[in-house]
Amino acid sequence: MANNVHAQATSTAVLDVPVIAPGHDFETVTESVAQIPLARRTPLGWVFGFLIGLSLLMLLQVSLGYLVLKGIGIWGTNIPVGWAFPIVNFVWWIGIGHAGTLISAILMLFRQQWRMSISRFAEAMTIFAVACAAIFPVFHTGRPWLAAYWLFPYPNTMALWPQFRSPLIWDVFAVSTYATVSIVFWYVGLVPDLATMRDRAASLFKKRIFGMLSLGWRGSARHWHRYEVASLILAGLSTPLVLSVHTVVSFDFAVSVMPGWHATIFPPYFVAGAIYSGFAMVLTLAIPIRAAYNLEGLITMRHIDNMAKVMLATGLMVGYGYTMEAFFGWYSGSFYERAMMWNRMFGPYAWSYWMLISINIGLVQLLWLRRVRENTKLLFVMALVINLGMWLERFVIVVTTLARDFIPSSWGMYTPTRWDFATYFGTIGLFLTLFFLFIRFLPMIAMFEVRTLLPQAKVKAEHGH
Amino acid sequence: MAHAAEHENPLYGVMAEYDSVQALVEASRHAVAHGYSVLEAYSPIPIEELNDIIHRKRTKLSRIILAGGLAGLATGFAMQYWMSAVDYPMNVGGRPYATWTAFVVPSFELTILFSSLAAAVGMFLLNGLPQPYHPVFNVERFSLASSDKFFLVIESADPRFDKAETTRFLEGQGAKGVYDVAA
Repeated sequence: MANNVHAQATSTAVLDVPVIAPGHDFETVTESVAQIPLARRTPLGWVFGFLIGLSLLMLLQVSLGYLVLKGIGIWGTNIPVGWAFPIVNFVWWIGIGHAGTLISAILMLFRQQWRMSISRFAEAMTIFAVACAAIFPVFHTGRPWLAAYWLFPYPNTMALWPQFRSPLIWDVFAVSTYATVSIVFWYVGLVPDLATMRDRAASLFKKRIFGMLSLGWRGSARHWHRYEVASLILAGLSTPLVLSVHTVVSFDFAVSVMPGWHATIFPPYFVAGAIYSGFAMVLTLAIPIRAAYNLEGLITMRHIDNMAKVMLATGLMVGYGYTMEAFFGWYSGSFYERAMMWNRMFGPYAWSYWMLISINIGLVQLLWLRRVRENTKLLFVMALVINLGMWLERFVIVVTTLARDFIPSSWGMYTPTRWDFATYFGTIGLFLTLFFLFIRFLPMIAMFEVRTLLPQAKVKAEHGH
Repeated sequence: MAHAAEHENPLYGVMAEYDSVQALVEASRHAVAHGYSVLEAYSPIPIEELNDIIHRKRTKLSRIILAGGLAGLATGFAMQYWMSAVDYPMNVGGRPYATWTAFVVPSFELTILFSSLAAAVGMFLLNGLPQPYHPVFNVERFSLASSDKFFLVIESADPRFDKAETTRFLEGQGAKGVYDVAA
């Protein structure tokens, strides 16, 4: 019954496919996933992609190294725009991570079976995205080695404690908890599959590595029972957690009194935007991966279709958010709120506002069309553009408000420097490098979960009920 | 019974191999109905029914997780109260020191953090993991237990265990193979 994720009777052939292609059994599911990390030969395409990631990662090392030597003056960030690329990129990366948790936790609670074949790499995406995000606030402090006592409560020589009334400290707790819980959830999910890898590895070296990582998992009835309880509760805990993370990120803005930031719509609007951009990133990753590794039978058009629909739904919520922001600006009756909105639309950064609107309110409407959702190449391009759109959203929110606050004498323009861009593209390199390593060395689809989707996995009741 | 034989050749139990979920579940039901009590089933996927058939009791893991969550909540509030109101009270804009509403967010995050760690660590420890050695891995065919084969082990610790009789019993349950498991 839950197999019918969306019960649409009138779907065309391309999208009307089950969550797992016919003809698969326990062994073919296992083999098609497990052979990728166990293969002796590394595919040339992987090497090519990995080298791109690694080059950008080196760019990150150079830009962070230079930043530590010179200070954050190498960035364009300066008063009045004291928060610029670093927070824009931080929010962008954290938001991308949210789709992974939505897929692995929230869709698990809703018993959406299609999530199973995309959950593993979506969770990996979450962890890597959070790692990229964390770089920005830490290095924005200029001296990250001194920043620890501003962020974390530990006994330091000045006997100071963090200011717990500040949303920035809430953010530290939210993001570090999110990172930890995501890693724990991901690893717990990996253990039975690591045991499969251990049992299938041909070389003693790989057997040992996977053996250690799988902790001696043997899949007994008692193991599985505790495992299922733990997974379900972890999903139940991750659900409020992921909603809290972007809510707290939005508090960084909403708790201030700046025009354009001080709005009650921020928490839900940020969470929707996070999921929207996260699904765009999952599509960006899933479309090439399923083609490159012949996983079309496990990541079917049904998955692509569902993800595009989630993107459309959350995109519409984000569009509602933009509309309400404009409405509040007018309805508030506040001169400064109105000026802020006018400035966003027709001020010096108007280009970014209208680009954002044309992508997140305009372009996304194409997803209503079945022909667009069927076309993976077009979807891939759209997902990339939507990621750009969500980056622009954060740019608009952060920069337009700060560049023109209450008093014209304190206005100032912000221009990013080449080091701003180098750091940003560098984190994309970190993300790509980690992701390529992940798909080469770990099973990227949760084999044991996908096996449970097969008809062979069902048990007939003893007395029939 | 066969105690003398066991001492000469220590045996962990007898393992039967099945090639479907249904066969494993049925064999487990029959083994329990036959009076065996120290047995375990191994499968490449979680099968809810097996725990009810073989172990008949639910794990205490959920209570451990609840305790973890409450500990996180208490830690969060206690830590922030002590730091902001006792150890270094700081007057910020005339607000009270113990601004408990502001403490809600970090306390919530610590609740989630502690209970998640309790869930993962608790699950592994209750399962006896990490465990580098276990007798079932002595059977070569057992490497398929993580891909597509299903196994039932009746352990020698079972009061009704008798090597010859148990082997015969398992062979009668549609097993694809029955193997001795060295301890």
